[in-house]
Amino acid sequence: MKNLLTSSIAMFVILLGFTSCNNGNKSGSKSGALASNIAEKVYVAPGEYDSHYAFLSGGYSGNVTVYGLPSGRMFKEIPVFSQFPTSGYGYSEETKPMLNTSHGFIPWGDAHHPDISQSKGELDGRWLFINENNTPRIARLSLTTFETEEIIEVPNSAGNHSSSFVTENTEYVVAGTRFSVPIPQRDMPIKDYKGNFQGALSFISVAPETGNMDIKFQVLMPGFNYDLSHPGRGKSHGWFFFTTYNTEEANTLLEVNASQNDKDFIAAINWKKIEEYVNNGGGTMMPANYAHNVYDEHTHTATSTMKKEVRVVNPIEVPGAVYFIPTPKSPHGCDVDPSGEYIVGNGKLSANLTVHSFTKMLDAIENKKFAGEAYGIPILNFEDVLAGVVEQPGLGPLHTEFDGKGNAYTTFFISSEVVKWKLGTWEVVDRKPTYYSVGHLTIPGGNSGKPQGKYMFAMNKITKDRYLPTGPEMEHSAQLYDISGDKMELLLDFPTHGEPHYAAAMEAGIIKAQSQKIYKLADNKHPYAAKSDADTKVVRDGKNVHIYLTTIRSHFSPDNIEGIKVGDKVYFHVTNLEQDFDVPHGFAVIGQNNSELLVMPGQTKTSVWEPKQVGVWPFYCTDFCSALHQEMQGYIRVSAANSDTPIKWSLGEDIE
Amino acid sequence: MVLFVTLLVSCGGKEEKKKEGFSYQKKATTEKTTTPKAEKVLASKKIDLSNKGVGPIKSVTLGAEVDQAMATHGADVYKKMCTACHRADKKFIGPAPTGILERRTPEWVMNMILNPEQMVKEDPLAKELLMEFNGAPMANQHLTEKEARAVLEYFRTL
Repeated sequence: MKNLLTSSIAMFVILLGFTSCNNGNKSGSKSGALASNIAEKVYVAPGEYDSHYAFLSGGYSGNVTVYGLPSGRMFKEIPVFSQFPTSGYGYSEETKPMLNTSHGFIPWGDAHHPDISQSKGELDGRWLFINENNTPRIARLSLTTFETEEIIEVPNSAGNHSSSFVTENTEYVVAGTRFSVPIPQRDMPIKDYKGNFQGALSFISVAPETGNMDIKFQVLMPGFNYDLSHPGRGKSHGWFFFTTYNTEEANTLLEVNASQNDKDFIAAINWKKIEEYVNNGGGTMMPANYAHNVYDEHTHTATSTMKKEVRVVNPIEVPGAVYFIPTPKSPHGCDVDPSGEYIVGNGKLSANLTVHSFTKMLDAIENKKFAGEAYGIPILNFEDVLAGVVEQPGLGPLHTEFDGKGNAYTTFFISSEVVKWKLGTWEVVDRKPTYYSVGHLTIPGGNSGKPQGKYMFAMNKITKDRYLPTGPEMEHSAQLYDISGDKMELLLDFPTHGEPHYAAAMEAGIIKAQSQKIYKLADNKHPYAAKSDADTKVVRDGKNVHIYLTTIRSHFSPDNIEGIKVGDKVYFHVTNLEQDFDVPHGFAVIGQNNSELLVMPGQTKTSVWEPKQVGVWPFYCTDFCSALHQEMQGYIRVSAANSDTPIKWSLGEDIE
Repeated sequence: MVLFVTLLVSCGGKEEKKKEGFSYQKKATTEKTTTPKAEKVLASKKIDLSNKGVGPIKSVTLGAEVDQAMATHGADVYKKMCTACHRADKKFIGPAPTGILERRTPEWVMNMILNPEQMVKEDPLAKELLMEFNGAPMANQHLTEKEARAVLEYFRTL
């Protein structure tokens, strides 16, 4: 084993040498991307639409970006875990509660694995779920409005990485912890990790109509690192699979100490069995403190509620619910094929790719063929469960997706390539280089029961010579491949924002059909909305001043405001009266200490302004809204704190 | 500096005297200086009782009497969706609707409400109105046909 490790490190060094020698011309001529037939495959004529939408995690940007396939055009950045001054998300009074946690307001997040909601194992395009790794949270985005609607914090978790994947009818979105921690948290020596720390795997129920999330139960597992996960589907529906590493339970220098064991485990969890146990009163409620933040589309306002307890389940109290499948060697991705039979463990330090059989697993369980146990959890025999091995397909396997035609596609980080292989025969049928050091890959619907597309794209960690240098840091590059033929064909490079760890993609038609174009003014239930010109007003309440402001092309009402004093807290409640598609108005006032607002038709948003200086100060629309956009402005008069200037507001007094 | 501060404080809260602005070729003056053409009638004052405009509405039948229930509904819709730019009896961002049916066909009025983007491109009167009102666009507030009809009935009461 040690030899193997040394040789793979040697290979790594050699390959690094190769990639750094690579130059743009060489790879360009190899890919043949300039050939006109390839150009036609990614050309989406002006005014035409892409056939597929891809939702890429932004990694350390904390957000999600939306791309079209095959063009590689970026359409939108959706703020999720990070403040976003472009729209005012996380700055406006309505959206600040979205970023509330048990650690207080957190302006940033590390977004990892988006997953689209499913019905009967197929993508239904209603919601997108995504996990925040650093301060463990799961978000739900609406795919009709492309807005973040809900964020739930995950207690007892730390490094929320084996997340956020949905079961085949979106019964649950599942969040597993990467780092094990003391549960409950307490003051104890770090060196006593082994046997004392635990890993929480959280099953968060999703309400079928509203999508609202609630932690149904957490399984408290041994103190390993739970790296990635996927649901069983089809025949294995009702199970969930998690890769683990650091089964050594090391608490320091993990790059050495967590690579000792020949095999780590894939944890197989029969969630249906635990659900039944919990429904019959099983498990215990333990004190906890975690935020549940929900955005209401009608009040256009988020509320944050602190929840005080969570149900935890000790796995050994539910016989037959949890098993360990030995898997070489520090497996990263844990991917289940569309039929639900094959579970791929992408052992990142292993020479071979290991594929387990669900049928064989059930058989071994039934016959009680156990190799031992870990903390009371039965360990199955590697050979009993093994379906097959893809022999030496590449170096550093990370993730696998499926095309629904019996093929699997695995990324290899160290050898920078995607390898296509056949399920069942385990033979490698094609390989294509990526540029460079690929992490995840995505096929539309490629982690569901029904893959949808002819495309696959690889998201790379290193850009190097793919783009003109722009200083030490560049956007990462992704490569799009056509996978409709026997061989993969490289079509396109496109830049990605932040660090996309994973992406979920689907046919564009499903999204286009349900997309919402405006918010109905009649449905606006915001307590400070001004739904017509008659509702506009300025109301003083002690030091707080509430301005009920409206926008329409191209004026604010009111646009002259007086009676504000230094030391006041001024709430600009801006309602956009437009009821037409794509007519947002912006709002900015000089010296605003938070951000602008971008207000959608029919929506109300609030910005707080605390004027510090006497004067007459302008505010204006930041979104070019009509030919008279430059005229869309107003003045607010700020008097001294001890002045007696009366509150006054007006619009167009001098008009003929 | 002390003097300056005192000055500021003493001005605080008081109305400053409005200074006379300047005048340079305002509209009235330009009218006079142009060579005498046929008298220019503003689009908002023009009468055209045959043009039905461009859009979904091809024919509207008005009852002999105003339908009060419909007009009340129309007044409500008008208040919510139109008053940001229109005042009943005076020019505001857009023209006043009072007396509109003495100048326009009911079809034209409804098409202007329901289909403003195409109207300002293709209908000669709507095009002129856009210029008369400084290029302020008639916003499409996506009223239903029924709501637009109710607003029309309300206009009959003005």
